[in-house]
Amino acid sequence: MTAQVADASAVPEEVARAGDDGPAPVRVVVAYGFWIFLLSDIIMFAALFATYAVLNGQTAGGPSARHLFDIRNVAIETLCLLFSSYTCGLGSLFIARRRLRPFYVLFGMTFVLGAIFLGLEIHEFSGMVASGAGPSRSAFLSSFFALVGLHGTHVTIGLLWLLFNVAQVAAKGPRPFVLRRLHCFGLFWHALDIIWVAVMSLVYLMGVRA
Amino acid sequence: MGEQKKTDHRAPGDAEGEGSILTYTAGLGFALALTAASFIVSQSHLLWAPGLAVGLAVLAIAQMGVHLVFFLNIGSGPDNTNTVLALAFGILIVTLVVSGSLWIMANLNGNMMPGAVMQEMQK
Amino acid sequence: MGRLGWSAIPFDNPLQMGASALILVGALAVLILVTRKGWWPYLWREWLTSVDHKRIGVMYVLLALVLLCRGFIDALMMRSQQAVAAGGAMGYLPPEHYDQIFSAHGTIMIFFMAMPFMIGLMNFAVPLQLGVRDVAFPVLNAVSFWLTASGALLVNLSLIVGNFARTGWLAYPPLSEIQFSPDVGVDYYLWALQISGIGTLLAGINLVTTILKVRAPGMSYMRMPIFCWTALASNLLIVAAFPILTATFGMLLLDRYVGMHFFTNDAGGNPMLYFNLIWAWGHPEVYILILPAFGVFSEVIGTFAGKAVFGYRSMVMATMAICVLSFMVWLHHFFTMGAGADVNAFFGIMTMIIAVPTGVKIFNWLFTLYRGRIRYEVPVLWAVGFIITFTIGGLTGVLLAVPPADFVLHNSLFLVAHFHNVIIGGVLFGAMAGYNYWFPKAFGFTLDRRLGLVSFWCWLIGFYLAFMPLYVLGLLGMTRRMQHYADPGWQPYLIVAEAGAVIILCGIIATVAQLVVSIRSRERRRDLTGDPWNGRTLEWSTASPPPAYNFAVLPRVDSLDSFWRAKQLGALRSPTRYEAIDVPTNSPNGFITAFFAVITGFALIWHIWWMAWLGLGCALLTLVSFGWRERTERTISGEQLRAEARARPAGTDFG
Repeated sequence: MTAQVADASAVPEEVARAGDDGPAPVRVVVAYGFWIFLLSDIIMFAALFATYAVLNGQTAGGPSARHLFDIRNVAIETLCLLFSSYTCGLGSLFIARRRLRPFYVLFGMTFVLGAIFLGLEIHEFSGMVASGAGPSRSAFLSSFFALVGLHGTHVTIGLLWLLFNVAQVAAKGPRPFVLRRLHCFGLFWHALDIIWVAVMSLVYLMGVRA
Repeated sequence: MGEQKKTDHRAPGDAEGEGSILTYTAGLGFALALTAASFIVSQSHLLWAPGLAVGLAVLAIAQMGVHLVFFLNIGSGPDNTNTVLALAFGILIVTLVVSGSLWIMANLNGNMMPGAVMQEMQK
Repeated sequence: MGRLGWSAIPFDNPLQMGASALILVGALAVLILVTRKGWWPYLWREWLTSVDHKRIGVMYVLLALVLLCRGFIDALMMRSQQAVAAGGAMGYLPPEHYDQIFSAHGTIMIFFMAMPFMIGLMNFAVPLQLGVRDVAFPVLNAVSFWLTASGALLVNLSLIVGNFARTGWLAYPPLSEIQFSPDVGVDYYLWALQISGIGTLLAGINLVTTILKVRAPGMSYMRMPIFCWTALASNLLIVAAFPILTATFGMLLLDRYVGMHFFTNDAGGNPMLYFNLIWAWGHPEVYILILPAFGVFSEVIGTFAGKAVFGYRSMVMATMAICVLSFMVWLHHFFTMGAGADVNAFFGIMTMIIAVPTGVKIFNWLFTLYRGRIRYEVPVLWAVGFIITFTIGGLTGVLLAVPPADFVLHNSLFLVAHFHNVIIGGVLFGAMAGYNYWFPKAFGFTLDRRLGLVSFWCWLIGFYLAFMPLYVLGLLGMTRRMQHYADPGWQPYLIVAEAGAVIILCGIIATVAQLVVSIRSRERRRDLTGDPWNGRTLEWSTASPPPAYNFAVLPRVDSLDSFWRAKQLGALRSPTRYEAIDVPTNSPNGFITAFFAVITGFALIWHIWWMAWLGLGCALLTLVSFGWRERTERTISGEQLRAEARARPAGTDFG
């Protein structure tokens, strides 16, 4: 996703006029484009949140949230994701200063924490399916699995992307195009945690009290 | 090359100056506190039950704000305008879609036949 | 091979077999011609792997024109069926085929004609108007186009192998659920649109980023051409609305494939939720279509009236108001489906409010034309036709916005007439205006004027003949999508409507003929100045066609319509200094991604799971290998830029 845009420095003297000074640097363009993509992703989640909000009472005589959700599990998942966001942020600080060893360690921790999150979630899902509370049992369960499952799918893609990025750093060094992608990954990973805050609050915490 | 104007030339997520471990750690601290508060509020009876949804929503929004400011470095400077405007647009659309859908579906569901008669007809 | 078998080919249906044979023979003929003439290397190098926004824009428009013909054949079939199936007559199309035809007509016209046309025009013109070399993400641009083409291919494959959906262009549940539509039709529909929907979303992200972050030096927001403002609003809507479509179709797919219960009748599902979500996308979608057309008309009217468009500021504000308001009206598509009076009243009033900024635009165009020195070229004729036709369509829209009126008219032919009125009068007329306006810039020669006039008049007269009777029929009580009807009193109107459709057909033939004739006589109508219309915006400051990099030196912009101002002041100057620039290299990524998308989509439709995994895996590998590559640009030296500038006709570089 690299862009070729004439850098402002390619244009002679005519800078600093009223108005903008030409196309933004590639780094800004790439990050902004990814930011817009993230917003579109959040709107997709919003459609699923709306669906969950409408359908979450439709248990069709089957198990409801109160029977199914394990708050302790949710707490551990939340902490994993939150700390992985923290380590990701710190890792990006270090690679910006070209300190690769701390970067590898911190991104390794990010991966492990994310993988634990995913493992716990898969365990939760398979337990629900095994006990007859799978996604085809009721509209409530369909919307739960779709919403939380989509988030989990994003986490999975994020973990794969993390591996790809770290491999690129190892193989090619912290070159500008590699750093741009790491930056986008960071935005993605923090956004996933933001969405999880909504999932945790509106799905799990509300669900057990409903 | 002369004066290069800095308007809008910060990428979303770029930290003010260089960013610091302190910012991230502070963000982590606030987020942990808000998470704990959410769990406590939902598990105990501190909050009046009908107000639980609002309470959790407020705590969730606050935590999202913490993430945006401390982890994503979304600030209010002039070079951030595009980023903030895009975010505001996204939030507007999310609000319209979610609240609109809830209002409409509640209205439609409310106009459906009374529950017992419906179930009879579905058999 | 999943549920694919020989029975999938419609041997028992002569009409479908004939059409399939036609498509296959046509495709084969094209492939043989290209091979015989040795055009493959040229095609591969210059078009299929191009990441140049101009090339991609042309391919989008070409796709749209081809699918216009396919969708229009569907329309002719429907018109002729309805013209004869009165009283006890059953016509020549059995219901299960008629249903596929109206579903395919709507799906093709909206997703594979109107959207690609508008996106193609925006792709071509926006970077040129902004004074830059390309969009923000050129390779992503190519991927977007090829994913759209993949969706179009899948829809057309349904004619040959299997069948298409019979559920209308929006596939409402419960009819579209697996229980009531167990065959592949709805799956073709869903996968084709999911694939092309990703392409459209990526294009939206691309153009928003371009307009906000990639502009020539000095081009502040209030110095952008109005077309760029409408492109911004339209693409913001794409970014905001298409995720809803993806989510909703995703849920319907989960219902169909995995047995979930989002929209089913049982286990707590709620079909009305589908209506709500799909129209939360669907209403912004029609504004996504019309806003670029509005932009085209602003450019065309300004150019051919020889005046700046009246009220630039109010145009910008009206555009952004429409952008936001379009997300507040969607319930008006289902007033009759159970909402209470309060909800209906709110959305009815919001719908009327959104007519206000549109009215502002219409008045601004009229004030631009007033006392202008109008040159009656083909593009501005389309614009004048639009102003009249779209206004009528908009008025019937405001009428439908009144919930009690809508209770009588919902899903009648009145509704059908209304939306064709605004889509043809607005989007299609805008597409034709933009096509005629920017064609010389894209190809270096103008289109034949006389055939352009023939096409315009046929479309205008044909449209009124075809759709005004439908308004009357709607008021008389005729419902939409009827394969036959009992009341013989309706038949005369439908015969007139068919006559109108035939006249529109003449218009389409005239457009094709115009292209053929113009290509044949292109030497005679070469555009050597780069500015055949005496235009106002930056694209006219380049040669026709522009070099791949558009501008050897990015122009410095110091006002609105800076090219026009420079012409008036006699201040046009060629660049003096040429510095080396980097341009993106070609990439096969788009084409290869599309190939695997088609394979994966086809496999999913027919439940050939191993093929689906294979296709998905290969697509992922393509992505990874693309992400790993390093050399993405090549350098053009300053000397080469200077030499190329010298080789272009004089006065076609504005520095």
